[in-house]
Amino acid sequence: MSGTQFTRFFFDGLTPEKITDLANLDPKDRDRMLMAGVDTDEAGHSATFLHLDHGGVYCNSMQDGLEILDTKDALEKYNGLPDYFWKLADPDQDDFTRKAFATLQGGYFVRADRGVKIRKPVQSCLFMKADHVGQSVHNIVIVEENAEVHIITGCATSRPVQHGMHIGISEFYVKKGARLTFTMVHNWGENVVVRPRSVGVVEEGGVFLNNYIMLNPVQSLQMYPTLYLNGRGARCRFNSVMVAPQGSYIDVGNRIILNAPDTRAEIISRSITTGGTMFVRGLIQGNAVPSRGHLECKGLILGKGIIHAIPELEGRAEGIELSHEAAVGKIAQEEIEYLMARGLDEEEATSTIVRGFLNVDIIGLPEQLKNTLDSMIDQLRHEKSAA
Amino acid sequence: MRPSHYIILYNIRISDQRGKKYTMLEVKDLHVTVGGRRILQGINLTINAGETVVLFGPNGSGKTSLLMTIMGMPEYTLTKGKILFKGQDITEAPSYERARLGIGMSFQRPPTIHGLKTRRLVALCARNKAVDIDSLAETVNFRDQLDRDINAGFSGGEIKRSELLQIMAQQPDLLLFDEPESGVDLDNMALVGQSIQSLLDRDRSTTAGLIITHTGYILDYIKADQGYILFDGTLRCRENPRLILEHIRSKGYSECVRCLQEAKVS
Repeated sequence: MSGTQFTRFFFDGLTPEKITDLANLDPKDRDRMLMAGVDTDEAGHSATFLHLDHGGVYCNSMQDGLEILDTKDALEKYNGLPDYFWKLADPDQDDFTRKAFATLQGGYFVRADRGVKIRKPVQSCLFMKADHVGQSVHNIVIVEENAEVHIITGCATSRPVQHGMHIGISEFYVKKGARLTFTMVHNWGENVVVRPRSVGVVEEGGVFLNNYIMLNPVQSLQMYPTLYLNGRGARCRFNSVMVAPQGSYIDVGNRIILNAPDTRAEIISRSITTGGTMFVRGLIQGNAVPSRGHLECKGLILGKGIIHAIPELEGRAEGIELSHEAAVGKIAQEEIEYLMARGLDEEEATSTIVRGFLNVDIIGLPEQLKNTLDSMIDQLRHEKSAA
Repeated sequence: MRPSHYIILYNIRISDQRGKKYTMLEVKDLHVTVGGRRILQGINLTINAGETVVLFGPNGSGKTSLLMTIMGMPEYTLTKGKILFKGQDITEAPSYERARLGIGMSFQRPPTIHGLKTRRLVALCARNKAVDIDSLAETVNFRDQLDRDINAGFSGGEIKRSELLQIMAQQPDLLLFDEPESGVDLDNMALVGQSIQSLLDRDRSTTAGLIITHTGYILDYIKADQGYILFDGTLRCRENPRLILEHIRSKGYSECVRCLQEAKVS
């Protein structure tokens, strides 16, 4: 897909009015947001941010030591954020980064102050409501030394069949001894084109846990976020759970660069196609020792569809320890029969196994989001049986 | 053989008079093949409610196949014969229907299902029954393993206790146990044996068991009524299970096989 596609979408002219109370949102939109992990009842969260079509409409922090701003406002307040804005991401990477560089609509700026440990997650929603909307946001996350924060970011459209394009630049700065858990849930529509471009850096002793969940249709999604573990003892783990129904084209991977001794990286993905095409990538590059990386990539084909798994390891130093395991397969008949002997019919047995397959141990996921995921998996089962 | 109407009449009687003994399982002239190979060749077996039957037999004699066929596992092809459960013909019924009717089986080598927690599977086994999974697990010393993926890296003994736990949640009327004691360490042996007996005792009038044992250790804990040796695909030597066990222990299976083969020739 090239830049010529941009003309199909509106990248300006849809700047909505600010919202004072999330309860005033259309209940249908609130449900769509909830399916992307964003709860308009803010009680369980430390901060909430909402970007609608072309502009930020709501921004509220309820926590000391946690700053959340529209990126446009942050740029103004901090003189263009010279240390953070476009410092990791390259505007010239491709047509989409160029488009994002030229078209800044907003996005979220989150900063956890030094030493502040934030218990309740921050939630952020990038929502597309108008038809043929082109969304271009730039997010910046800074976790200062020894701070801890969990960000849940949900991306959704207001109707499942709407046309749209989303370009999202994200830059993550996890400083010395800091810990960032970043959970991204996508709930797009069948005609939505999505191009996130993310880069992060983790300093000495920092931890980055990334969860990515996408269980609903999308027209085309391509992303390959890169994380640099630059400080001694930095660690990261990427969990991805993805489903590609008929008509979805998904090309997703994670790239982790081990640039310091004692770093550790883990990439775990579970992919299911029920008719869509999936490229599931992963790359761990080790440049310093001792360091370790492991990549686990499992795919399940239910019905039609393609899963192309591409795990890559690149060792560039003696003493490096990198490994991977990849498997693309089907549900074992033996497992179905075992569950059927316990009284589950074939459909129940299948969905139980699928649910287990998708059940990577996602760290620190709030109960409510878990329930949302459960209901999404259930829905998947019904769609499959309907087909 | 009883005329078929007898079973129907009998069934009506039991629905009216709970507590009276009735036929739990009736296997008639059962012939089974696995992958084209003949395994069972004319099994006849009746188990009444309240009864526990023990199956002995050398390795490869078809003991597991018999249980698998009663459970309705699809790999086991029935070429001839009938299976009746509480008078109902279940010969063609799929395994999940048999499970829902009240047949439950403890498997020897169940598969690992990644991501499926033992706790969740136990809950699924309970279906609509309210069970306290933690305290149930406590009784078979399995509470610490509830949050592990089912059968993932389980030791032989852990598999037995996990299978038992699932059956305890399921509360079937007919309990099929495939060597429930194999791999179980001595510390847990009594626990497993007593748990099986208490399942059988749950309601003597509506419960029955069919248990495969190779070593016979399980007989120290359960009250067994009837014993058989499965040999060459048929049931032989109907006897008091303790006598059979004593015989096998003192003479060994080889003597047992020799004697049975002799009987076949004569």
